[in-house]
This record gives sequence, C-alpha cells and structure tokens, in this order.
Amino acid sequence: MSQHTVISPEISFAPEHASGTKRIWRTFWLLSAITVLELAIGLAIYNIHKGANPNASLVLAFKGMVCILTIAKAYYIVSIFMHLGDEIRNMIMTIIVPLCLFIWFITAFLWDGNSWKNLRNTDGGSKPAQTEQQHHLPAVEKDSKK
Amino acid sequence: MMWYFLMSDAFTFGAFLISYGTIRFSVNHWADPNHVFNAFPFAGHANLPLAFVSLMTFILIFSSVTMVLAVHEGHKMNRKGVEKYMVLTILGGLAFLGCQAWEWTHLITGDHAVLVNGQIEHWGTTVSKNPWGPEVLFNGKEVATPGPIAFGGYFFGITGFHGFHVFSGVIINLVMLIKTRLGHFDQRGHYEMIEKAGLYWHFVDLVWVFVFLCFYLI
Repeated sequence: MSQHTVISPEISFAPEHASGTKRIWRTFWLLSAITVLELAIGLAIYNIHKGANPNASLVLAFKGMVCILTIAKAYYIVSIFMHLGDEIRNMIMTIIVPLCLFIWFITAFLWDGNSWKNLRNTDGGSKPAQTEQQHHLPAVEKDSKK
Repeated sequence: MMWYFLMSDAFTFGAFLISYGTIRFSVNHWADPNHVFNAFPFAGHANLPLAFVSLMTFILIFSSVTMVLAVHEGHKMNRKGVEKYMVLTILGGLAFLGCQAWEWTHLITGDHAVLVNGQIEHWGTTVSKNPWGPEVLFNGKEVATPGPIAFGGYFFGITGFHGFHVFSGVIINLVMLIKTRLGHFDQRGHYEMIEKAGLYWHFVDLVWVFVFLCFYLI
C-alpha cells in the first residue's frame, strides 16, 4: 500500500481508513439482497391483484414492508457509502434532524390525498360513501391482446 | 458544502414525490405499474413486470459501489485505482441513462387500445395521453379508457428530473476523471474532490431508490 509522506496542509483531519474493501462489498451484497426482497414483495402484490379476491389489508402490509426496506437501503447508502456514519455526531444530526420533517410531510399529504378521494366518492361529503370501484383486471393477461 | 446542497435537492425531490403520492392516492384508479412497465429490450411482447427497472436499479447500485471504491483508492493516493473505478462509474451512469431513454421511448411510442368517445384509438403514454385508465366492456372485450392525465406529467417529470441529475453527475465524474488523469489531485496532495463528487453520485442513487419505490412498488 502506498505511503504518502506529505499530507497536504488542506487536510486538517486524516481519517483512519480501514485498508480493506470488505465493508464496501458487504454493503453492496446487502443492498442487492434488500432490492431482491423488495422485488419479491412487488411480484407478490402483482399476483394478489391478479387473483380473484385481492385482500386490501395484505397489499397494504406488503407496501408498508417495502417502504421499510427502502428506508433501510437509504440508511446503508447514506451511512456507509456517503460516510455520514463516520462523521462527528453534530454533522450527522445536521443532516438527520431536518429530514425528520419528511415524517410530517409524507403523513400530512397522503392523509390529504386520501381525504380528497373520499370527498370525490361522496360528492363532497353529501352522499354516503360508496365502495371504491374495483378496477382490478380479471385474470386476463394484458399481453394476450396486441 | 455538498451536504447542504444535497439537503436542498432532497427536499426538492421529496416535494415532487410526495405531491405525486397525494395525487395518486386521491383518485380511484391509477395505472398499475406491473402492466405499464412490463417490457424488456429485445424481449418483444413478453410480460416481465418490474424486470427492466430492476436492472436499472442494480446498474445504479453497482456504479455507486465503484464510486466508493474510487474514493477508497483516493485515500490511498492510488491514481491508477481512482482512474479505473471512475471509468466504471461513468460507464454505469451512461448505461442507466441509455436504459431510461429506452424506457421513455417505449412508453411514448407504445400502442394501446383506448376507448375514446365510442371509438378505439391507439395511444402511447405521454404527458397529455394516459391509456391506462379503468377497463370497460366494449363489443365483448375489455378495453381501457383514458386514465388520470397526471400520470404522464409526474412520471416523465420526475424521472426526467432524476435523469438530468444522473447526466450532470456523469459530467462531474468525467471532469473528476480528467483531473485525476492530469495529476491535479496528486499535486494537491489529496483526493477529497473525488469524495465530494461521490456524495453527489450517491445522492443520485438514493433518489432513484425512492423513485423506484414510489412509481414501481407502491
């Protein structure tokens, strides 16, 4: 391994870098495994929708799992690939704390979207809620048509 | 500094994706990604839901790995190593852009029967036409009706904005490669700039992970 005797004066802190690439490749395999898992769940959702009686709660549970897996991927990419995990605590907090705004952001807006759908289906709340129209395809493959 | 820019960009993408989620969940029927995105290059009309976009995800993850390895080589002041991994990262980025271009072309020039005003027309998916609406019975066959117009705008807008970031990332990486080749970083005594370019590249990968989630999985 090359030893550089002159460290540039621009570097105020030379991190002790683990000399192996094992951690990097291990993270790659982990990210790939999580992606494969997400795809498996995606295909499971696809098959549920193809079936006769799609269980809405099961689909929702699967979608929730996929979201959690994505957040796990985000954690590994940011912490290990972007080296945020190696920074000092205050720097980590500078990034993480503002991003917590997303928790409100996502909750509030999806709640709104869902509310609009209910208003649409009940004529602004003046009609009783009709069941959401099921527009799932019957078990006819789309590629059997031209 | 790069971290602060990435924070602002994260909120921009976040705003786009969350507004997409709001509109998507506010309508009764939305295009099923397993039916819209089931094509694969050179596979004809085979039904392969999620296959192509999975390939794109792996390409981007892999290019992120080569980027980390480039940064790693930079810490060891190993110019040849940095060059090698930067080339691989750039190739990964170009491959991703090629794939996205194919996906867009396939969607825009696609041919789907849509029932419009009692007549069957053939539509591709564009910003103004969405052939993935609810199906109805017409002459004994199931035919699609036009779907929510927002689909095209959101899909092409967000993936386009992301693709633009990939493109600018490839340019930045190219500049990094050239500077490495010219010995600028050896002269400077450190490869920190590669690390900053790496942050941008990982951010681009991260955004794709969320775009993949929002458009293809949920």
